[in-house]
Amino acid sequence: MLLVHCPYCDETLPELEFTYGGEAHIARPENPADKTDDEWRDFLFIRTNVKGPHFERWRHAHGCGRFFNAVRDTVSDRFLTTYKADAPRPDLAVLLADASMKEPSK
Amino acid sequence: MTAHVDLNMARTLAKSSAVSVELLPSVARFSLRAGTGEQTALSKALGVALPTKIGQCTRKNKIEVLCLGPDEWTVLAPEDQAVKITDACEAIYAKAPHSLTEVSDREIAIQITGAKATDLMTIGCPRDLDLLPVGEARRTIFDGVSAVLWRDGSDEYRLDLWRSFAPHVISLLETGCAELAAE
Ligand SMILES: [Zn+2]
Repeated sequence: MLLVHCPYCDETLPELEFTYGGEAHIARPENPADKTDDEWRDFLFIRTNVKGPHFERWRHAHGCGRFFNAVRDTVSDRFLTTYKADAPRPDLAVLLADASMKEPSK
Repeated sequence: MTAHVDLNMARTLAKSSAVSVELLPSVARFSLRAGTGEQTALSKALGVALPTKIGQCTRKNKIEVLCLGPDEWTVLAPEDQAVKITDACEAIYAKAPHSLTEVSDREIAIQITGAKATDLMTIGCPRDLDLLPVGEARRTIFDGVSAVLWRDGSDEYRLDLWRSFAPHVISLLETGCAELAAE
């Protein structure tokens, strides 16, 4: 089982308490009516599908109930970080440098 | 197979040399949502300071308040205090807007006590219970069911369960209670 750190509870907890919420940092267009069909399709369905560090949303559904963001390596399942939903997107290069200094699995 | 369980009568549900499982009498329950700016006024109205750290509880005059999330609390009180709580919060609503919803009937409470109480909890709870301090509580999951787990003592737990899921959890606890005694 994965252990996930909830940035609101500030505890590292079993995956069973969490639900996955898809890719993070996808901004809804301010005015959807201005978008072409292709742009709207891209917003709704097209995702980066990263092999490696992936910025994604999680929800502490059976806990504080909050959505938050995480960077998880889709190959190793290792979480590089988790951060509050309103925090800026962290710099991936910094995260990877930090991760290589620590143990391979957190 | 989950049998019918009468959830309206407080009584012993299961007991062995290892652990005892009791259905507790009903209490008044409220779900409280409020922003940071309203917390002081609400603490004053309830007569109990709202805890600000998730999982922390405060208690005063038989009212128990648990912080479930950054803007969410559960308030437990004797049933005869429900009206007093509703009135007190309503009186400050204009200057401290919040949401107070009575959910007394939504959940039932089960108490688990005995030398192997922690072992019994681990059959459904994936958390490391050594990290749950006495006097605190957490919303978590118990064998697939959302639950609030209170640690009232080192060998004393309380589980708040949604009514419709309770028979499932109770039958699991009954089985565990017998199995732990047979060890
Ligand atoms: Zn949380």
